[in-house]
Amino acid sequence: MSPFTAQQPARRFAPVCHDISLAGELVGLHDSGALWWPDEDTLIVSDLHFEKGSSFARRGVMLPPYDTAATLEKLAGVIDAFDPSRVIALGDSFHDTNGSDRLPATYRAMLTTLQLGREWIWITGNHDPVAPVSLCGETMEEVRLAGLVFRHEPEEDTTPGEVCGHLHPAARIRRYGRSVRRPCFATDGQRMVLPAFGVLTGGLNVLDEAWSALFPPRAFSVFMLGEGRLYPFTASRLVAD
Amino acid sequence: MSAMDAAGPPLLPPDFQRWFESRGWSPRTHQLDLLEVARKKRSALLIAPTGAGKTLAGFLPSLTELAGRPRTKSGATAARCGVHTLYISPLKALAVDIARNLEAPVAGIGLDIRIETRTGDTPSHKRQRQKKIPPDILLTTPEQIALLLSDAQGREMLSDVKTVILDELHALVTSKRGDLLALGLAALRRLSPELRTIGLSATVAEPDDLRAWLVAQPDDPDGTRTLADLVTVSGGAAPDITILDTDERLPWSGHSARHAVPDIYQIIRKHRTSLVFVNTRSQAEALFQALWHVNDENLPIALHHGSLDVGQRRKVEAAMAAGSLRAIVCTSSLDLGIDWGDVDLVVNVGAPKGASRLAQRIGRSNHRMDEPSRAILVPANRFEVMECQAALAASRAGEQDTPPLRTGALDVLAQHVLGVACAGPFSPDDLFAEIRAAEPYRHLSQRDFDRTVAFVATGGYALRTYERYARLKDNGDGRLRLAHPSFAQQYRLNVGTIVEAPMLKVRLVRSKAEGRRTPVGRGGRMLGEIEEWFVDQLAPGDTFLFAGEILRFEAIRENEAYVSRARAQAPKIPSYQGGKFPLSTYLAASVRTMLATPASWDRLPAQVRDWLELQRLYSELPKADGLLVETFPRGNMHYLVCYPFDGRLAHQTLGMLLTRRLERAGAGPLGFVANDYALAVWGLSDLGAMIASGQLSLAGLFDEDMLGDDLDAWLAESSLMKRTFRTCAVIAGLIERRHPGKEKSGRQVTVSADLIYDVLRRHEPDHILLEATWQDAAQGLLDISRLGELLTRIQGRIAHTALDRVSPLAVPVMLEIGKEPVVGAAQEALLSAAADDLVREAMG
Repeated sequence: MSPFTAQQPARRFAPVCHDISLAGELVGLHDSGALWWPDEDTLIVSDLHFEKGSSFARRGVMLPPYDTAATLEKLAGVIDAFDPSRVIALGDSFHDTNGSDRLPATYRAMLTTLQLGREWIWITGNHDPVAPVSLCGETMEEVRLAGLVFRHEPEEDTTPGEVCGHLHPAARIRRYGRSVRRPCFATDGQRMVLPAFGVLTGGLNVLDEAWSALFPPRAFSVFMLGEGRLYPFTASRLVAD
Repeated sequence: MSAMDAAGPPLLPPDFQRWFESRGWSPRTHQLDLLEVARKKRSALLIAPTGAGKTLAGFLPSLTELAGRPRTKSGATAARCGVHTLYISPLKALAVDIARNLEAPVAGIGLDIRIETRTGDTPSHKRQRQKKIPPDILLTTPEQIALLLSDAQGREMLSDVKTVILDELHALVTSKRGDLLALGLAALRRLSPELRTIGLSATVAEPDDLRAWLVAQPDDPDGTRTLADLVTVSGGAAPDITILDTDERLPWSGHSARHAVPDIYQIIRKHRTSLVFVNTRSQAEALFQALWHVNDENLPIALHHGSLDVGQRRKVEAAMAAGSLRAIVCTSSLDLGIDWGDVDLVVNVGAPKGASRLAQRIGRSNHRMDEPSRAILVPANRFEVMECQAALAASRAGEQDTPPLRTGALDVLAQHVLGVACAGPFSPDDLFAEIRAAEPYRHLSQRDFDRTVAFVATGGYALRTYERYARLKDNGDGRLRLAHPSFAQQYRLNVGTIVEAPMLKVRLVRSKAEGRRTPVGRGGRMLGEIEEWFVDQLAPGDTFLFAGEILRFEAIRENEAYVSRARAQAPKIPSYQGGKFPLSTYLAASVRTMLATPASWDRLPAQVRDWLELQRLYSELPKADGLLVETFPRGNMHYLVCYPFDGRLAHQTLGMLLTRRLERAGAGPLGFVANDYALAVWGLSDLGAMIASGQLSLAGLFDEDMLGDDLDAWLAESSLMKRTFRTCAVIAGLIERRHPGKEKSGRQVTVSADLIYDVLRRHEPDHILLEATWQDAAQGLLDISRLGELLTRIQGRIAHTALDRVSPLAVPVMLEIGKEPVVGAAQEALLSAAADDLVREAMG
């Protein structure tokens, strides 16, 4: 029996994660795009972008109003599965500053239910630089726990153990003349960039210029999200968009 | 009644008559007929072959009217009498060309008529001036009409239009641009109730459809349609069409017609100027290159297709007009209208796919009606020989197979509704009535109209969460108005129905491989544009054919693909995406009949005859109205091949659905491949034995009910649907269109459209945009309507033959199996070896 299940005897089953070491800490990558840190009983999600649809609608672009519900449903799924004592939302949890204010009452209630009985940390992001309106949880710019530091945007000088989001990593591989593009985790063992968890969020190819300051060229790995599993690739196997 | 017997003053004013005489001409009957129709204030459809003086006929009524119209020079008065005649063509080049052609009669007769063009290229100061001082005749495109109708000033400018001339109407009505134009025309009719239309068209299968399209329809979708008058110019000399007779071995499959290149070159040598038509860009590139390979005499042969840089295309067109070219290899980019002068031969490489399409292409040669057009058909494989033969017979019999009229698309309607709102408050009831007067929207239901308006206002979602952001607001008087002027700007940036596949510019740079120390060079020449999906499958160093050269792919920088000149002998040619146009139903039926009737085979080349004889000997011939299904083992696989002849799109959809059903039946299918004529499915189980034992029922397998749940289930995952959805979402204004240099890149649009599609399908499967997507796919990419007809046709007429090896007729489709998207020289060799094996087996 693994130490993990020994500590959590009440858990019905351990969700399958891809376990890796990040700056000496054991973390699990989940195919939903969430990061699981068993030692701290903490679940980390990034870039939820709640109320993105209504944010566009304000400008007359009527995207479907279902993104918040769908993202919440997905979030409820992983919280149910991991039952963490702490959740960290890594920034851009709301698509704009007024997003939390616009959150319809039913969704606010759902979110509050998810927060019950656990510590909840909202890291601020470029889309949501202020604390969400009338929601529980602490709001911080960054948070340090054990060997890891959590912030929205990666910083250029690598702090070992940085966990961040912001960039919406995606990767593309090609085989037999066909290519597949998926959101992914990106890491070099020191830094971990989480994929966007929100359902209506696009991705930025990890071979894009914007990444060059974060990882040594071609010397990092990605874990592409699949159905019930992750697909690991070294950066040298990937192709640009 | 002939025009000449008409009472009243002569139809042609004396100064016009004198001009005709000065040129040694006399007005043609159809030209006078149109003047007569105009005098009665009626609309008309003119059907005439090319070279019949169609354009002049269309303009004569306007010119004579304008000649008599008093004019004051003061700007104020001129502004009050707006545009008199609108001329609308599918191509902006055509508008410019026509403007030039009208100069001669206008100057010759001495008319004081201002003629101007307005296209996407017209500078904004000129557009502004046109609104203040409108020209008498405005030559423009459907998109410009939509734009003009979307603002009050533009509507003012068009409020007094007397005549709308619609050129190449047969081509316009088959697309969403036609829908947009039909809606614009309906709006124009309300602005100017006296408005009449003149449609100019090539010969079509159903002239009544076009006649109805031209005029307002009564408010009774099931009643008799109102029709415009019809003026037909009969035939001219029958075209002289032959099928290339070659001594070379006819290929089994493929579309390159490589075997015929030396023959085509000799034909070009013997003529003054040839137009060589092919069906796709990649074929054009391949053929052009092959021709230059054998061009020992350095004949000036040029290339023209829609992806080439505009500048390069214009250069080719100018050289052509100047008569300095001997041949142009081209795609449908040259199908329409522009007068090329001295083309004395049309060569159609590959199958014509439709009898009317062929007739229109042939019409490009020899623009004088009284001399026969000359054309040579070059089939690229054995099935195409039969198809060419069928097209030839159709041409001789004057048969037409133009597609039926479309049902107006809902995404285009959404765009139009927003455009109407941009011009000012509108009453939904009046707008509904106006729109239903347009033929493509005659059957539009109140419910769909309301849903479309709701979509424009708030996205039309069941959750009414966006009411407070609505783009349309109640004006307080039962009318709706635009909530904010910024939405008008949004509309103007998104207008139009042509949504290009995301394209990358192709820029020529110095190779990385040559100057290793320098990074990829910059600032080279622009060669044109290429689809993003194609570049996606290239790795740096891959070679491909583009703009007539073998290029080496270097890198992608922003929106550009960097390429360098390559020395490679064998480029990796773009994968053949199949014919752009599916085989027409008419030609398909002719080919089926030909196959089933050995007595008709004497018109076919001996090689093809032998092939069919062997099919009769070893298997069976497909029946004209049935479906032949063959099963046979090969290697460690079992194959099922059927021959519906209903075009690649319908076959592909059928293949998708069949494999689902075979899977359910436990037959374990592994894959399928389709071409225009046949479909092959394979797997590890012995399909023949399963059919023979009754374990697998062919009637059940091909039952019409596959168009229900199976289709739905498959569509959920289909990338075709996502692509179609993206187009609909852009047209309907849900996703903003890409604009060079700003907004999103096409790449990002693609991502978010996919996400939106997934979200919508899951949460609101009945959303109007998904419905529009479905209708689009059914008419276009999936060809579901045709598949439906096929399934009905073959009910109770499926014949199964179990064979012990591949049949001769199956060889072509079997050769399509395993074709990699990128084919190099080594694979060519492999393929041809594999082909020889198959042929030996079949003919053994």
